[in-house]
Amino acid sequence: MTAGVDLDNVCADFGTFRAVDRVNVNIQPGEFFSFLGPSGCGKTTILRMISGFTNPSEGVIRIGGKDMKNTRPNQRPTALIFQNLALFPLMPVWENIAFGLEVRGVDKNTRRAKAEELLRLVDLPDAADKRVSQLSGGQKQRVAIARALAVEPDVMLLDEPLSALDLKLRQHMRAELRAIQKRTQVTFIYITHDQGEALAMSDRVGVMSQGKLQQVATPREIYDAPANGFVASFVGENNIFSGEVAGAEGAFATFRTASGTFQARLGPNTTGAKTRLFLRPEHVTLQAGPGALNSIPVEVTDVAFEGNFISIQSRDSSGQMLVAEARNDGAATVPKPGEKLHMVFDPAHALILAGDTAAKDPDA
Amino acid sequence: MKDLLNRYGPVLTSIFILLTAFWLLALVILPNIYLFENSFRPYLPIAEVGGPNDTYSFDNYLKFFESPIHIRVFIWTILYSSIVTVICFIIAYPLAYYLAKVADLKLVPTLFLLLFIPLWVSEILRSFAWFIILSLKGPLNFGLIGLGIIEDPIRWMTGFRSVMIGLVYTYVLFMLFPVYNAVQSLDTNQIEASEDLGAPWWRTHWRVILPHCKPGIASGSVTVFMLSAGSILVPTLLASTNSRWFTEIIQQWMFESQDWNTGSAYAFLLLIICTVFVSLVMRIFKVKLSDIAK
Ligand SMILES: Nc1ncnc2c1ncn2[C@@H]1O[C@H](COP(=O)(O)OP(=O)(O)O)[C@@H](O)[C@H]1O
Ligand SMILES: [Mg+2]
Repeated sequence: MTAGVDLDNVCADFGTFRAVDRVNVNIQPGEFFSFLGPSGCGKTTILRMISGFTNPSEGVIRIGGKDMKNTRPNQRPTALIFQNLALFPLMPVWENIAFGLEVRGVDKNTRRAKAEELLRLVDLPDAADKRVSQLSGGQKQRVAIARALAVEPDVMLLDEPLSALDLKLRQHMRAELRAIQKRTQVTFIYITHDQGEALAMSDRVGVMSQGKLQQVATPREIYDAPANGFVASFVGENNIFSGEVAGAEGAFATFRTASGTFQARLGPNTTGAKTRLFLRPEHVTLQAGPGALNSIPVEVTDVAFEGNFISIQSRDSSGQMLVAEARNDGAATVPKPGEKLHMVFDPAHALILAGDTAAKDPDA
Repeated sequence: MKDLLNRYGPVLTSIFILLTAFWLLALVILPNIYLFENSFRPYLPIAEVGGPNDTYSFDNYLKFFESPIHIRVFIWTILYSSIVTVICFIIAYPLAYYLAKVADLKLVPTLFLLLFIPLWVSEILRSFAWFIILSLKGPLNFGLIGLGIIEDPIRWMTGFRSVMIGLVYTYVLFMLFPVYNAVQSLDTNQIEASEDLGAPWWRTHWRVILPHCKPGIASGSVTVFMLSAGSILVPTLLASTNSRWFTEIIQQWMFESQDWNTGSAYAFLLLIICTVFVSLVMRIFKVKLSDIAK
């Protein structure tokens, strides 16, 4: 079984503080949906409202079309994987996994068999009788997944489940979670502040900031067509120029900045709003002579070799720091610090967006 | 030890250690050794103490095993102390759970203060208060009759009823605090995880919260049981004619018969048998001493 989840104008207030502000989203049955946002933006609160531990102060939550208002957490068809996993340390691994079945009155032999089956599914076949404290971080992670799957939920809720793991394991578990989701066809609602995770795993991503949902779209759209400055700056790297629109023609506009005047694509809701220009490092090229359009004279300040690509820091005449990324195809000539070059970019890849940028931008 | 030295310097540290050692030695260990030694010697007129009749034997201890009445009183004491312990737990556990996991954080200090205030009143006064409350024409019967719950006044102070009420009242906080600490130390996510997996509240308590609290419950139970079995004030003030507590017999030996030797032997019997009893119960419930110490 699998079920969709509808959040209809959902709000959460703690005293006078609004942690979740009018969130609207329809999550499809069998979808892998991620909420992505910085720490404290209300992601956990949303999951707690879906699982029933926090009541929305306004709005309606429906699971499988059914209003959950008066349904206790232990009656909801959801299973939550807690940020700290919350495995039961006093039970052996198999009892942890079978706990949901024990609650449902399943007899011991069936429980044990089911636990072992799930342990094979999460690739931990010999862990049944171990204590939770004997497991490594990644193994605990798998036990938590198995424990949640055991109750055959319609919706799985995962609260930053990979954040405690090291990089290698995290990437491995990404693929594994994705595979489990595809196999079981259960709706996954996944929370993370790691954009890489959200983009790599999800069918759709909801980007959040300060309790508000900023954009809901496929990972590709989130990255290529961010709805506003927050989404653009939170997801991926950018060169950001402050400035103003100096005249629009259809989808494109002239944008005036301290670094020059550029042709760029107009994002949504930009009329009358405070706007900035966003330019991904992989969409700019550095060349010896000036370009015909959208060209900035720069001086290279630093070059970082990242393996599969080369990151080139530079500064223009206004003092703005700029980043360009060149793919390392083995033949590219790498500029040296101090070299004077021209940074050029295609208007189609420069986006004019409204709204504040995420906090990591020193401009914000 | 190193911390202490670093913080207070050698002079103060030595004083602390000497004072603690003095307290242990002079006020705890020496008197007990004295009583222990005496418990093996016969009760003799002053003139004969140290004389040829003053020899070590188990006679004082054997007196207990030869007296069916004393054995019966002892069994009652153990039995009713156990019941007091269970009642304390039944009262303390929900309260501890409420204070640790349900109550508004801002209210908790006030609630604790309210629980503490009765402790500031002397134990004698509190026991007398119960004496008044429970008397045949006392406020409890008055209230119950007034509310129409009972028709005729109940004789509360018969059998062990009033002693148990007094002991529960006096010692329940010794159960509450360790259990509160135990519940408090449980990650709330564990409780929610259990509920999320479909467990009704009672199963969450049974499978997740109670097992976590076992050491706290054990330490509270040992304290309440030992204090109850060794209590003298409450049984003296609240007992009826048909209920005697083992400590009253010790007191009789020591102060009425002036036989400190037999009194000491009885006191050590109480300590030893209670310790054995507690160890047995702990083994049944699979609690280790090291769990309690945590
Ligand atoms: N029970 C609560 N009481 C008061 N404030 C809370 C409570 N839970 C969360 N908050 C606040 O709500 C905001 C969002 O929290 P949370 O949903 O945990 O964020 P995230 O999971 O995105 O990091 C935070 O500012 C947090 O301090
Ligand atoms: Mg969180």
